[in-house]
Amino acid sequence: MKEDKSNAFALGAAAAVLAAGAGVAARAGLAKRQAKHPPDDAPGRTAKRENFGGYEVVGHAVTINRPRHELYAFWRDFENLQRFMENVERIQPTGEDRAVWTIKAPAGQTVDVETHVVEDRPDELIAWRSVEGSDIDAEGRVHFRDAGERGTIVEAIIAYKPPAGPVGKMIAKLFQREPNIQGRQELKRFKMLMETGEIAVANAEQDEKEKA
Amino acid sequence: MRALTWQGTNNVRVDTVADPEILNSRDAILRVTSTAICGSDLHLYDGVIPTLMPGDVLGHEFMGVVEEVGPKSTLKKGQRVVVPFTIACGSCYFCLKQQYAACDNSNPVKNQEISEKLYGHAMSGLFGYSHMTGGYPGGQAEYVRVPFSDVGPIVIPDGLEDDKVLFLSDILPTGWMAAENAAIEPGDIVAVFGCGPVGLFCIESAIVMGAETVIAIDHHQHRLELARNLGAKVIDFTETVVGDALMEMTGGIGPDAVIDAVGMEAHGFAPDIVLEIVKQKIGPGADRGHALREAISAVRKGGRVSIPGVYGGYLDKFPLGAMMEKGLEIRTGQTHVQRYSQMLLDKIGKGELDTTFLISHHLPLEQAADGYKNFHDNQNEWTKVVLKP
Repeated sequence: MKEDKSNAFALGAAAAVLAAGAGVAARAGLAKRQAKHPPDDAPGRTAKRENFGGYEVVGHAVTINRPRHELYAFWRDFENLQRFMENVERIQPTGEDRAVWTIKAPAGQTVDVETHVVEDRPDELIAWRSVEGSDIDAEGRVHFRDAGERGTIVEAIIAYKPPAGPVGKMIAKLFQREPNIQGRQELKRFKMLMETGEIAVANAEQDEKEKA
Repeated sequence: MRALTWQGTNNVRVDTVADPEILNSRDAILRVTSTAICGSDLHLYDGVIPTLMPGDVLGHEFMGVVEEVGPKSTLKKGQRVVVPFTIACGSCYFCLKQQYAACDNSNPVKNQEISEKLYGHAMSGLFGYSHMTGGYPGGQAEYVRVPFSDVGPIVIPDGLEDDKVLFLSDILPTGWMAAENAAIEPGDIVAVFGCGPVGLFCIESAIVMGAETVIAIDHHQHRLELARNLGAKVIDFTETVVGDALMEMTGGIGPDAVIDAVGMEAHGFAPDIVLEIVKQKIGPGADRGHALREAISAVRKGGRVSIPGVYGGYLDKFPLGAMMEKGLEIRTGQTHVQRYSQMLLDKIGKGELDTTFLISHHLPLEQAADGYKNFHDNQNEWTKVVLKP
């Protein structure tokens, strides 16, 4: 339990570093690690360092030419996410603000993670976190910001830490399959779906998921 | 259906492949009536473009009759359409700026990784042009699937036969955009390097835009003759020192604008291949980068350089000094075909642009492999091949 708490703190700091308008704690964390220079204006996730309190952090921003409220509303209905998230087999709501994510694992297996919404600011931000006892300790945040005539900037950040042991190893392997690329690709699919109503696919053999 | 497939370097064949099907709601399926072999298909033929796989269907210049439509297509069964080689969604940041070749949404996300790594950004999807540009099956086939069919295809009025409008798919707007990129003003002297189909359309476009003199440079006699027929003065680079001739023919000023319609062409797309070949051939030899260097050297101070020629990797010995010191403007890019379709169709309809003069051969699709070989080996006589499925 003790360990969980420290993890939660570290995660909060990491996520905050990555979020727009990072908090004081986050800035301190960043400055401490980059002692030679004061912090710059770039998102924390673009830092050359890779350690965020033991959490793996993946984040990307994409500009989508649709109104903020429309994108927020689509995302807020978690079941929609399986339409563009390739590794997610399905997302099943289990109560108010809770859902079970069934994530594809090697050899046709799946891993379930239950999350609950920890922050929800309509048309601005949705954050969710794995419930205690989950196989994966993870937090996700997605921000929606107006970008004038360009539409909306959507910034999604996932921080996660698999447990120790064989299950953890398997999950780590699953998530470290180029998680950065995975994350970027999922946001691009989200953009395609929102801007064009479909997800580009070149031929019938391509991943079923890309057909949406 | 039958389709021209790439099997390996200098090895293409017509094969039986799976029929295309509607996969997304904005798709349409065409029955292809005419499809051409493009000069850039020869890069694929030569095997210098990475991410092409055996069995891939080639072809990005095609037109046909609408056979089947998805629920959100705006086309109707039976309509005759020409299809731009660049696939564009029509609603992203770039499409709204009419920069269709930069469309964010037409290249499947996994295919975007390659160009994103190489160029910093992913480019749009293209038909029949390797997996880097989407892996979409091309139109040198009996049937083809057209994504975003509500955006790209242009409906052709009855009475305009295929040969007159087929090149709206690529080379005509490519030549037009290249001339536009050269910012031609009435009275200008324009030099066009390369008299392949794109170079020839550059010449024709430049003249329509009011260039006083167009000087065309090539070595194939028949191609120079086609340029001359359009009204250009010609330079045979095997007989003449091009740079000297351009200075003398412009009274010592240099051309106001130059257009490089040569490109790296068959000499490579992959950075390592480009580097190797360029390094090997630096010097008096006529390597493909040579045309661009010569164009930059020849153009007048404060002049314009337009580059429709295809480059894919890195070019060594680029004359950046000449570019900066002479204050040149350089514009280039894949063609934003959809921006020009209607305007060029109107010009064809009114007889202001002739597109048929460069067609040298019509072949049945079944003989497409012969078409590739001859277009590749005998560029003087085989200026443009149109295939009939």
